[in-house]
Amino acid sequence: MSLSLPEVKRVALLARIEITAGEAEAVQGQLNNIFKLIEQMQSVDTRGITPMAHAQDVAQRLREDRITETDQHALYQSIAPQVENGLYLVPKVIE
Amino acid sequence: MDWETVIGIETHAQLSTVSKIFSGAATRFGAAPNVQACAVDIALPGVLPVLNKGAVERAVRFGLAVGADINRRSVFARKNYFYPDLPKGYQISQYELPVVRGGSLSMLVKDGEKTVRLTRAHLEEDAGKSLHEAAGNAHSALSHGMSGIDLNRAGTPLLEIVTEPDMRSAEEAVAYAKTLHALVRWIGICDGNMQEGSFRCDANVSVRPRGSAVLGTRCEIKNLNSFRFLEEAINYEVRRQIELLEDGGTVAQETRLYDPDRRETRSMRSKEEAHDYRYFPDPDLLPLDISAETIEQIRSELPELPQAKRERYQNDFGLSAYDAGVLTQSRENAEYFEDMVNRLGRPAVKACANWITVELAAAVNRAGIEIAQSPVSSEQLAWLIVRIDDGTISSRAAKDVFQALWQRENIAVAVLSAPRPSLHSSVKSAARDDIDNIIEQLGLKQISDTGALEDVIVQVLAANQKSVEEYRAGKEKAFNALVGQAMKATKGKGNPALINGILKKILAR
Repeated sequence: MSLSLPEVKRVALLARIEITAGEAEAVQGQLNNIFKLIEQMQSVDTRGITPMAHAQDVAQRLREDRITETDQHALYQSIAPQVENGLYLVPKVIE
Repeated sequence: MDWETVIGIETHAQLSTVSKIFSGAATRFGAAPNVQACAVDIALPGVLPVLNKGAVERAVRFGLAVGADINRRSVFARKNYFYPDLPKGYQISQYELPVVRGGSLSMLVKDGEKTVRLTRAHLEEDAGKSLHEAAGNAHSALSHGMSGIDLNRAGTPLLEIVTEPDMRSAEEAVAYAKTLHALVRWIGICDGNMQEGSFRCDANVSVRPRGSAVLGTRCEIKNLNSFRFLEEAINYEVRRQIELLEDGGTVAQETRLYDPDRRETRSMRSKEEAHDYRYFPDPDLLPLDISAETIEQIRSELPELPQAKRERYQNDFGLSAYDAGVLTQSRENAEYFEDMVNRLGRPAVKACANWITVELAAAVNRAGIEIAQSPVSSEQLAWLIVRIDDGTISSRAAKDVFQALWQRENIAVAVLSAPRPSLHSSVKSAARDDIDNIIEQLGLKQISDTGALEDVIVQVLAANQKSVEEYRAGKEKAFNALVGQAMKATKGKGNPALINGILKKILAR
C-alpha cells in the first residue's frame, strides 16, 4: 500500500498541518517508507493471536468517584491568550 | 409509492457520577464557567486520564438491565477531530470493544409490545460548550467575532446507547426514547434531565419502498433534547426524504439539525466518513477489565426492573396492562403505588391503582409535573381511601377532598419547596389529620347515623308511594329511584350503603 499525493494532502488537512506542495512530496516519500515497514510486519502470520490493545499487558486501575479537584480557573486562565467572564475566547466558530 | 420508515437512535445519557470520567473535577450542573474544568479537562500538557469506577459500574448496570453482554475487556479509543470545545483535539471514547454489547428494550406501543435491539453502549467523555452570543451586552467580545468556551462539561461521563435500525415510525422512536429514559432513571445511572442535556437523542432516519430489504440512505438528526422534538423532527425528515425521492432526487447522507421554531431539519455538515475520525486505542489508558465478581455484585444490587414489575402487577394484582404501564412509568410512580398498597393491604390494590391512574395522573398532567413531585402524598391518598371505605365520605366527595388537598399543598410546596419527610417517618399521622380536617372544613362527612337516615327514608317513602308500589310489583328500577330520592333528601351526604340497607329493610316489612 502507498499513499497518493492527494491522500497526503487530505491527511494533512485532517491533522490541521499546513504543508507546501514541496513538503507534501517529501512527506509522501517518508510516509510510504513507513508503509513499506508496515507491509513487512503484516507479512507475519498472526492468525489465532489476540491483538493487544496496549503495549503493556496490564489492566486499567480505577479511581473512586470522588471530587478531588478545586477551582483553579484563574490560574489556568493566566496563560490563556484571551478570556472574558471566566470563558476562554477563540475566534468565532459556528456550524 | 408506499414507503417504509427506518429509524435507529443513538442516545447520550449523562452518567450520574459526582466527578468526571477521567478526572476528579465536579460534574454539577450550572456552575460558573470553567470552575469545574481541571488540568486534565482542559488538556494541559503532561496530564493523564484516570478512569472513574462509578462510570464503569453504571455502564455495567445498564448492560445488565437490558440483558446485554458485558465485555470483560473493553478498550478506550481516541476519536480525533478539531473543535475549540474539545481541548485535546480528540474525544476519548470506545470503538472496537465497547463495554456493553447487544441487549434489547421492550415497550408498549399502539399495536402491542415492541422490542428494539441494542447494538452497543459505550463509555465516553462529553465535550465543552461554545457560547456564541452575549445577550444584551454589546461590549462583550462575543459580540465582536469571538466565541466563549466553557469547559465545565468537558470530561463529563456519557453512556452512548446505540440501537439497531428497528423502529418504523416516529411514534415507535418516541416510545423507545421514553422507555430508555425511564430505565436509566429507574436504575439510577442518569438523572434524565433533558433541559440540562443529561439525555439527548440522535435519530438516524431513512426511508425505503415497503418490502425492500435494502436500507435507504440515512440522515442523522442531532441533539434532540425533548420527546416532542424527536417526534416532530422525524416526521419532518421522513416527509422531506419521500418528497425528494418521489421527485426523482436522492438523499444525501448528512448530519442535520432540527429547528423547533421553523419545525424543520436543515443540513449541518456533510457527515465525515468514520475513518476521518482516525480512531485508535488511547495509549494513555490501559484496557478495562471487568471481573465476573464485579458483574455479579452489580447484578445483585439491581432493583426490580420496570418490565418485571409491570408483569407482576398484571399477574399478581390483576391490574390492566394500561394501569400497570402507568404505575411503572417511573420508579417513583411504582414506589408511590407500592407505598399505598403496603399501607392498605392487598384488597385495596384496585382502588390504589384507580386513584393514581385517574385522579392523580390527571392532576399531575394538568400541573405539568411528575407523580414524584405530587403535593398529595401516597400516605394522604391512602387515608383518603380509608375514609371512603369506612363510610366517612362518598367516592364523589373524596374527589373534592383530593382537589382541596392538591390546591392547598400546591401553595405550600411552591413556597417551601422543601423535601417531604419520609412517608414512613410520621408516628402520629399528619396525613390522616389533613384528610379529616378537609372533610370537616368542606362539610363532606356522610350521614352514617342509622336513626337519622331511617327518619329521612320514612319521609321519602311516604312521598313516593308510586315507586314503592312499583318496587313491590317487582320493578327493580323503582328501588334505584328511591335511593336517588333519599340521597337528594340528605343533600348527597347520606351513606349510600346504609341507605340501601335501610330501604330494603323497611320495604321488606
